[in-house]
Amino acid sequence: MGSLLRALLFSTAFLAIGAVAAAADTAKPDPANWDAVLEDARGETVYFNAWGGSQNINDYIGWAGDELNERFGVTLKHVKLEDTASAVATVVAEKAAGRDGNGTVDLIWINGENFAAMKEQGLILSPGWAEKLPNWTFVDVENKPTIRTDFTVPVEGLESPWGMAKLVFFYDTARTSVEDLPQDADGLLKWAQENPGRFSYPQPPDFIGSSFLKQVLAETIADPSLLLEPVEEERFDEVTKPLFDFLDALNPVMWRSGRAYPQNYPAMKQLLADSELDIIFAFNPAEASSAIANGELPDTVRSFTFPGGTLANTHFLTIPYNASAKAGALVAANFLMSPEAQARKQDPAIWGDPTVLALDKLNEEDRARFDAIDLGVATLRPDELGPALDEPHPSWMERIETEWKRRYGVGN
Amino acid sequence: MLTRLGPMLAIGLLTAPVAFGLAGTVLPAFGYLPALGGMEFGLAPFSMLFAEPAILMSALMSLVTGLVTAVISLTAVILFTAAWGGTRLFARIQHLISPLLSLPHAASAFALAFLIAPSGMIARLISPELTGWERPPDLLIVHDPLGLSMMAGLIVKEIPFLLLVTLAALPQVKPARTRALIASMGYGRISGFVFGLWPSIYPQIRLPVFAVIAFATSVVDVAAILGPTTPAPLAVRLVNWMNDPDLSRRFLASAGAMLQLGVTAAAILIWIGFEKLGARLRDRMACAGKRLRRDRVLRWGALAVMLASAGAIFIGLLALGLWSVAGLWQYPDLLPARFDLRNWMRVMPNLVEPLTTTLFVAFVSTLIAVAIAILCFVREDETGRPARGTLALLYLPLLVPQVAFLFGLQLLFILTDVEATLAALVFTHLVFVLPYAWLSLKDPWRAFDRRYDQIAAGLGKGPVERFFYIRLPMLARPLLAVAAIGFSVSVGLYLPTLLIGAGRLTTITTEAVALASGGNRRVIGIYAFMQMVLPAAGFAVATIVPALIFRRYRDMHV
Repeated sequence: MGSLLRALLFSTAFLAIGAVAAAADTAKPDPANWDAVLEDARGETVYFNAWGGSQNINDYIGWAGDELNERFGVTLKHVKLEDTASAVATVVAEKAAGRDGNGTVDLIWINGENFAAMKEQGLILSPGWAEKLPNWTFVDVENKPTIRTDFTVPVEGLESPWGMAKLVFFYDTARTSVEDLPQDADGLLKWAQENPGRFSYPQPPDFIGSSFLKQVLAETIADPSLLLEPVEEERFDEVTKPLFDFLDALNPVMWRSGRAYPQNYPAMKQLLADSELDIIFAFNPAEASSAIANGELPDTVRSFTFPGGTLANTHFLTIPYNASAKAGALVAANFLMSPEAQARKQDPAIWGDPTVLALDKLNEEDRARFDAIDLGVATLRPDELGPALDEPHPSWMERIETEWKRRYGVGN
Repeated sequence: MLTRLGPMLAIGLLTAPVAFGLAGTVLPAFGYLPALGGMEFGLAPFSMLFAEPAILMSALMSLVTGLVTAVISLTAVILFTAAWGGTRLFARIQHLISPLLSLPHAASAFALAFLIAPSGMIARLISPELTGWERPPDLLIVHDPLGLSMMAGLIVKEIPFLLLVTLAALPQVKPARTRALIASMGYGRISGFVFGLWPSIYPQIRLPVFAVIAFATSVVDVAAILGPTTPAPLAVRLVNWMNDPDLSRRFLASAGAMLQLGVTAAAILIWIGFEKLGARLRDRMACAGKRLRRDRVLRWGALAVMLASAGAIFIGLLALGLWSVAGLWQYPDLLPARFDLRNWMRVMPNLVEPLTTTLFVAFVSTLIAVAIAILCFVREDETGRPARGTLALLYLPLLVPQVAFLFGLQLLFILTDVEATLAALVFTHLVFVLPYAWLSLKDPWRAFDRRYDQIAAGLGKGPVERFFYIRLPMLARPLLAVAAIGFSVSVGLYLPTLLIGAGRLTTITTEAVALASGGNRRVIGIYAFMQMVLPAAGFAVATIVPALIFRRYRDMHV
């Protein structure tokens, strides 16, 4: 946070120097001329601002850093965030301070509301660069519509796809039988009432916790088409009444009677392993297999989804307009989209995050990397994942989080 | 003269950061911080503060936590010292508990959490045989809304501290003689101690007790690990606001820090009221001639509390260690199904950077603190009198709530562009390490037999030679012990590191607390284990090195 304040404190100085710096920095790297980008990137340090709450993801980013350093001479520093919003706020503060070059954030792991906010305020490197990256040719734009539309907002090449997400639930067959599993949100509520204290969700504004609220909203709202548009404040209470009725009913039968919440989804995994919770969920279909491979969950854990569909989205990487190491960031984004990096990422023993690439666009060697991955016993096949629900417009997330905090966030 | 610098440096180090830090917090609290557009003084930040949901609830929680922690831990220490002082059992328990003093607060909080959680060690020990819990009960134990777990976490750490300061004060009141005298008049052990010895012990440990209250009312790391979340205690919410990307929240955080200052002051004032009440009660009982000889239950109760508080931490630490090497470990298994060193292999690369920072900062700040403390004492020897007011000043950084002056100090460092540098971090740690270094060096230094000096002087050695050839080597053992204490204080510092390191300089302690929310017990186990190992390693060095140095000097053996 200090960097923000410093940016402001020195704003006047920067206005003067900044003008000079900006002039020197206008030589924006052009991804169409990739060799020049590579040349430019050598020796740069890329500050990668990414959520740091999961050990396996941090390890994967560590691996990517080593590879980038070895192959391209780019140093990747993982700035571990608790909330992506703070990276956005840093860029906002730097822009306010007139620091238009030489920013402290080079690459952000992002999607949804944060992307919408950055795009709207013109904080992203432009014009669109993602579709000019060499590895873009392998991306499955045809079958994965969320790669070009992020939470209803057109991407326009302002962020490069990194991985796919689909809301999937996990349970332990040693305790819960398949027939009892809920088929939709209403079923989940009924199940929770029959099994009090065995379900919870991460405390919003945790990303996964808020996503659960959106899943319920998408299922309970009378007119789902409203979700594709920004929130209408006048109708908010009326439209979200089913959601909050649902939560009011769920709260008393939740884990700890809703008086405490897990902090994030890794915490829920631990609670499933301790048999405190019986149904948990994550945005990564391979989460359970990955946890089984790491000895965090027993091998009796399996996955399920709702036949009526669950939320699905893509998560991305983006580069702030004032990044210090733009070329390095482009090289990193391209590498993280490469078949090799994507295949490693999809391996549940490493992370298990689904790829954004189309396997039929890959050459034989790369396809073999994917074919060799053992998705694990607890991972659903792509055709078992069920229909995808579209993410609501980003304004919903923000509005629901505020309302949630007001109702449940301060105890009674 | 070099030695004259000692007291000046010490006083400057103890007062300047607190004074400037407080100023840097007060100004934004009243709306003045030009860099963020706050040009005018006003009460807006306070009205924002009191508009925050459940803010008074958070403040009340902090107040009660401070008082309950102090009352329970001090009572336990009084009763235990009264009932068992002078016995062999007392000496044994004292040895058992002393190492806990060097354990960072965060590590002991984790240990307790791993023990008392519904799926923790206690539940595993007695389930399902005794409880019928085939699965962990749905009980809100850790993070309970009343903050009981948090208070327990503080109490188990404050008991060793208060016991140690009580023990340090004890010899000056000649306990054996007084005890015998009072016993001869027919008083029970506990009442005799409370009537006869306590009145002259308490004034000596009053400041440490205040420090306990100040710490417990404003603690952040223990509260984040064990404390309530809906809403959290005041200090936790303040730090969240301080770290909020929305910079205007800093006004709110500063106003909150003022509230924190008020809460801590109120707690200490209430405590002074307790003191008066307690003294009156004691006098009334004493004047009534009550002998209270039947105190057997209380005596054994005090022993049980001491054993339980130490035992809880030791078993909890064992659980932490087990988790760090655990493969699959399901409830209610008492031991992991598999052991797995992979956790360590994975975490090790991430450990290097925080570990280096931890060691560097702890080492340098300890070195400087010990040097300043020595200079102070040398100066004291020269002038023949202790520097005035030093003792109260020493407690200043321990009595003012950390958030109240660290917010402002951070701002100061940002303005001078040294925030998140190693120098700034060492400086800040020094503020907290110095008091402990000074206090723990005081007695050994003063106890040194001056006749060695006189003999050396008689042989024609000047002051410098006497210092380096006589004083330093002969005091090597206590000096290293003092350094180990300073080192452990630095390793355990959470909030100063978090705020001044600004997330760019991290130590084992800040990383461990940051991991608490993810609930990955294996990784937390590793970090907490490191937290435990570092101070222990410091004390091991402080024990082994003198033994090696003095192996050919029989009279220097302990």
